[in-house]
Amino acid sequence: MSKKQVVGKKYAMPVLDPHERIKYFREVATGYTEELALLEAARCLQCKKPLCVEGCPVGVDIPAFIKLILARDYQGAANKIKEKNSLPAVCGRVCPQENQCEKFCVMGKKNEPVAIGRLERFVADWEFEHGEFKPEAKAPNGKKVAIVGSGPSGLTCAAELARMGYRVKIFEALHMAGGVLVYGIPEFRLPKAVVAREIENIKKLGVEIEVNSVIGKLYTIDELISDGFDAVYVATGAGLPYFMNIPGENLNGVYSANEFLTRVNLMKAYKFPEYITPIHTGRRIAVIGGGNVAMDAARTALRLGVEKSYIIYRRSEKEMPARAEEIEHAREEGVEFVLLSSPVEIKGDEDGRVKAIVCQKYELGEPDSSGRRRPVPLENSEYEIPVDTVVMAIGQGPNPLIPATTPELKTNKNGNIIADANTGKTSKPQIFAGGDVVSGAATVILAMGAGKKAAQGINQYLFGGTE
Amino acid sequence: MYEIKRKALLANNIKLFEIFAPEIARKAQAGQFVIVRQHEKAERIPLTIADFDRNQGTITIIFQEVGRSTIDLGQLKKGDYILDFVGPLGKESEISKYGRVVCIGGGVGVAPLYPIAKRLHGEGNYIVSVIGARSRGDLIWEEKMRAVSDALYITTDDGSYGEKGFVTDILKRIIGSEEIDAVIAIGPLVMMEAVSEITRPHGIKTVVSLNPIMLDGTGMCGACRVQIGQETKFACVDGPEFDGHLVDWDNAKRRAKMFLQEEKIALEVLRYNCSEGGAHACQKNK
Ligand SMILES: Cc1cc2nc3c(=O)[nH]c(=O)nc-3n(C[C@H](O)[C@H](O)[C@H](O)COP(=O)(O)OP(=O)(O)OC[C@H]3O[C@@H](n4cnc5c(N)ncnc54)[C@H](O)[C@@H]3O)c2cc1C
Ligand SMILES: Cc1cc2nc3c(=O)[nH]c(=O)nc-3n(C[C@H](O)[C@H](O)[C@H](O)COP(=O)(O)OP(=O)(O)OC[C@H]3O[C@@H](n4cnc5c(N)ncnc54)[C@H](O)[C@@H]3O)c2cc1C
Ligand code: SF4
Ligand code: SF4
Ligand code: FES
Repeated sequence: MSKKQVVGKKYAMPVLDPHERIKYFREVATGYTEELALLEAARCLQCKKPLCVEGCPVGVDIPAFIKLILARDYQGAANKIKEKNSLPAVCGRVCPQENQCEKFCVMGKKNEPVAIGRLERFVADWEFEHGEFKPEAKAPNGKKVAIVGSGPSGLTCAAELARMGYRVKIFEALHMAGGVLVYGIPEFRLPKAVVAREIENIKKLGVEIEVNSVIGKLYTIDELISDGFDAVYVATGAGLPYFMNIPGENLNGVYSANEFLTRVNLMKAYKFPEYITPIHTGRRIAVIGGGNVAMDAARTALRLGVEKSYIIYRRSEKEMPARAEEIEHAREEGVEFVLLSSPVEIKGDEDGRVKAIVCQKYELGEPDSSGRRRPVPLENSEYEIPVDTVVMAIGQGPNPLIPATTPELKTNKNGNIIADANTGKTSKPQIFAGGDVVSGAATVILAMGAGKKAAQGINQYLFGGTE
Repeated sequence: MYEIKRKALLANNIKLFEIFAPEIARKAQAGQFVIVRQHEKAERIPLTIADFDRNQGTITIIFQEVGRSTIDLGQLKKGDYILDFVGPLGKESEISKYGRVVCIGGGVGVAPLYPIAKRLHGEGNYIVSVIGARSRGDLIWEEKMRAVSDALYITTDDGSYGEKGFVTDILKRIIGSEEIDAVIAIGPLVMMEAVSEITRPHGIKTVVSLNPIMLDGTGMCGACRVQIGQETKFACVDGPEFDGHLVDWDNAKRRAKMFLQEEKIALEVLRYNCSEGGAHACQKNK
């Protein structure tokens, strides 16, 4: 083999033109072609000690699947990924790779890291188009597990348990399964058809999904146990929207990011009036926050036709928790970043509609416990930005319904359910928990990792072995 | 899919459905509500559980056709199905032995009032009910309310039935002549506000059931937020019942108008479809 020529940069992801794409909700990144995937795969050095794998929370065997791509065995590559990750089409699109697998890739030391996420997506999309899903499940083991919540954590736990031979039923409060993947993350970043296909595959494993079932109201956790479930996995996510408690927050035109995104994604308000759920943005919108949720809201607003879409964030761009790609896409599309600023008041007109947001300026001080430099407000620095809509994307807390109706379930001071990180075990026998409801708002892949560990934890608990 | 077991027209534009939903019926309590999504493209709208039958496995909903979603819903017939039906949501009514309770219902508000009055009556309270409507043809559930009340007053705005005037006129009279321990009021925001203002100087406990715009109904979106004293509450999980003396009524009235423009458009589309004889069934089957 001749000495490998190192290609410094990642092969670029084909994307829709930013001026065009903000006219509709089509997926922005169109995915590698086979040709590009092969070129990018060839950049991988096939390290003996692959550091990239250590950055992946579920330990996907990255060099192995990339090698299979090079051999054009795409089905083999898909199978390899799915040994560790049951939702590759989702993760390839939404994992913050720059902080995970790609952060550790040795190629990244001198050049750009291998585009692991893009390759993962290529393989998953290839399989959807060409492959055939063959559910392999073991003979039924006679045990039943209930899963509360159908986000990535619940879905992963369900798939794992079904493969081990469990009868699994998922209870979902909304009318559609998928959690944040369907109500939060927009179509232009994660097409709902992709999520639907993943869910179909999980159903093919025999998993039953009962939508419109609010646990805590329709049935309590205790009732699920007395109805014959041997264990329950609580994966209800971090769905409780936070507000800032500043004056004017209850004016017309102030939404939580959850409301804004749910109207558009789950209820398809962008197709109003064909779909009957309304959304109202006016001409200018301010989104408060610097995470993925904020980027999604600001970019969604552009597609709904606003003229100005601002992101207002307390720190500087460097500290923004959003994925690098989302920040870049937002900027290309025309989102304006108002940094080192935070709202102190929202002003309304005589009809109670938002007309402006008053912000205070900040500067960066010493690093805080998170290692990021702490924002410090500057006195007498208030200024006003005229806007018609404000979206609060400053974070979400755990939904309190389950703890409130399950007294023995211990929570921490933030209301997160306390569960063992390796097994998902909670303070109550037979009850396991994981994902955002335990960790606080985190990432898809971490929620999936927790689902997987809980499946093993449940199996251990019920059979005393790991199979 | 949830089957409509019975349909009835109760008054002008007010319809009743009994929906087969045995799991919800098993758990339902007075004061709670359901979220209804009629079909794939429909809104999720909240409707109070007006009654339930645990044996038959049914939930009764009563709704007034005020806009696109409720008019669409009203087109369904017995034997048709509703796509999504979620509940029971919200807190149940606080039922205790107050003594003498005035139960006030305005318009379609009589429907959610009934199960509460029934429970309060069952607990041994003395129930004075006051129900009102615009006109005789708008009044619902007189007989059902009578059955759970020790005294019943009726008002119509136009005087076509009962006394001419507002429910609040009667309330003032009652307060002037008897000792009252609590008031429960359900109806239009302006009515609930007026009731609360009347009872405030007398320090009479006043419970109202708020009906803000909702989306999920499970505490996930904050669309339903209401200002209660110094606090912001989510009506779908913290309510829908609140202390009428603490409600910021101006805020509640403003927030109800959040989507006024869009509501008009949605109705126009319906009318257009009708005039075109389009896909939409629009014969008003009254
Ligand atoms: C707008 C947005 C963008 C994001 N972007 C990214 C990204 O790019 N990359 C990334 O890695 N992460 C991203 N995240 C975070 C990621 O989506 C979450 O960390 C992940 O979805 C958590 O998964 P989960 O299964 O724990 O919970 P969720 O996905 O929140 O699912 C919980 C489910 O439980 C249901 N539920 C709640 N209570 C009940 C109940 N009582 N009974 C029945 N069901 C109930 C909910 O309806 C929901 O469907 C984003 C989040 C948001 C909101
Ligand atoms: C907890 C709760 C329980 C409810 N119970 C009942 C019930 O038992 N029976 C019933 O008929 N209605 C009830 N409502 C109100 C019902 O949800 C609305 O009437 C319905 O959503 C209107 O939808 P629409 O598309 O038909 O009308 P829209 O087009 O949305 O509105 C048409 C008109 O009705 C007004 N309106 C809109 N929303 C509401 C609302 N939430 N309350 C009052 N007026 C509104 C608008 O200002 C507008 O003038 C309840 C609401 C809540 C929050
Ligand atoms: S699952 Fe996420 S972190 Fe792991 S390899 Fe795939 S993209 Fe990277
Ligand atoms: S660290 Fe980078 S180059 Fe090495 S195996 Fe992983 S992806 Fe390939
Ligand atoms: S309706 Fe969404 S939080 Fe109440």
